[in-house]
Amino acid sequence: MTAFDVERLRAEFPILGRSFDGIPLHYLDNAATSQTPLAVLDAVRRHETENRANVLRGIHRLAEAATAAYENARQTVARYLNARSPAEIIFCSGTTAAINLVARTLGERFVAGEEVAVSHLEHHSNILPWQLLRDRRGVAVTVIDVTPDGRIDVAHLERILTKRTRLVAITHVSNVTGAVTDMAAVVVAARRVGALVLVDGAQRAPHGPIDVQALDVDFYAFSGHKVYGPNGIGVLWGRRALLDAMPPFLGGGEMIKTVTFERSTYADVPHRFEAGTPPIAQAVGLGAALDWVIKLDSAMVESHLTGLTERILVGLQDVDRGRNIIRVIGPTGLQARMPVVSFSVAGAHPHDICQLLDRYGCALRGGHHCAQPLMDRFDVAGTTRASLAPYNNREDVDAFIAGLDKALKKLL
Amino acid sequence: MSEDLYPDALLALARDTSHAGRLEAHDASATADNPLCGDRVTIDVTLKGNGIAEVRHHTRGCVLCRAAASILAAKAEGSSRAAIAVAEAAVRAMLEKGDDLHGAWQELIVFNQVAPHKSRHGCVLLPFRAMSEALS
Repeated sequence: MTAFDVERLRAEFPILGRSFDGIPLHYLDNAATSQTPLAVLDAVRRHETENRANVLRGIHRLAEAATAAYENARQTVARYLNARSPAEIIFCSGTTAAINLVARTLGERFVAGEEVAVSHLEHHSNILPWQLLRDRRGVAVTVIDVTPDGRIDVAHLERILTKRTRLVAITHVSNVTGAVTDMAAVVVAARRVGALVLVDGAQRAPHGPIDVQALDVDFYAFSGHKVYGPNGIGVLWGRRALLDAMPPFLGGGEMIKTVTFERSTYADVPHRFEAGTPPIAQAVGLGAALDWVIKLDSAMVESHLTGLTERILVGLQDVDRGRNIIRVIGPTGLQARMPVVSFSVAGAHPHDICQLLDRYGCALRGGHHCAQPLMDRFDVAGTTRASLAPYNNREDVDAFIAGLDKALKKLL
Repeated sequence: MSEDLYPDALLALARDTSHAGRLEAHDASATADNPLCGDRVTIDVTLKGNGIAEVRHHTRGCVLCRAAASILAAKAEGSSRAAIAVAEAAVRAMLEKGDDLHGAWQELIVFNQVAPHKSRHGCVLLPFRAMSEALS
């Protein structure tokens, strides 16, 4: 086996060649947005310069080509998720839109007294849609606790689900702790009470293909901009029978069979849920991005990222120097985790740390990461988060650790 | 350069706890949150006539926020409501337009390097927002 050639991979990402005041960029904010390879940029440019047209309705050659490109992207997504059919793939603007779609369709059939279970690990995008549903329908939102190392507390999960629980809406990978959820345990617990399972896969999708059939879940959502694709595109996968039974969410063009002033009928899935002109070029870009991920040697990438994650965890210990000022919020080991490391520093605010790290070319995220309940759970106002992608290298991690050391000398 | 945001004088202000804490017997109090980062400032004041007698701040925030709270609390004591409003307007104008502070509290000049960092303006202004709400 040849070694993972990270420099060759980096050459595919023009933005990684940027520098600021002569200091090279070290991009470690991939959990917020990953960078985009030339293969994706080229695919979008090629589509826009050769096949740009509206989809599904036109009969001229450009429209035919655009429609084919759009539907090919859907097929790529279906392969990436191992969906039974491309019809189960709904394009939307992102994970937030995907979850809201379920809340505004399936959720509208829930009644007062029924429950939606979420976890302390959730991003606000998997909390607020259910709180809004609670306010509309009187549905209760119950909360699954986390373990001290930032994982789903499976024992609590089993206790908190009841016969009233209609849906478990849960993250596959925490955007704060990086912990991978034990989905098998979630599904077993949910099925025991007859609940459906919706998975926020925004942080899992960038790390390789997913098998929704093996996961045995009911809905899966992710965003294009986190999987090396464009902004403004995301995916909701759902079981066909569930999607078929769900009413439309947004009304407009493309999602109808017939329209009269008296009565309209709606298209079959997936188009029923894609009102208006969809994000066509973005879908094409997403398809190219997923193809790009599929071509990576997943074992090598995993080994590479595990090594860098370990380098971060060891580096944080080195910077701490036994002072017990740095607290990792999440797993401190390498098992069942993704390359996302969050930490707090006693006496130093994440925004100040990130501001100073920016001086050293290091782009990290500081704050509550749209996970305020989790911050409260761990009694921190926010954390500093380093999140990796396959194009990150040792220089990125070393610049971050050295920069953190300097920043803390300034701030403490 | 980011480090210019953190001169020693500003770091010292952030560490200054002389007006930190709560006033059990206050005439007015308000809490302001920064939704971007979760920072929170609570301002308690006692009033004397049209002016401010005593101020305490309880701040969970970054260096910029804590330093701004320290300056605000120290300078507000003995000041009129109008003077506080002038100071808030002046620091806002300095951040957003690069204006001079003119007659307002000159201690606020420590934040002049924050102006290019728009995402941090709210850090400086959060204590002023809490004070404004307390006095409204």
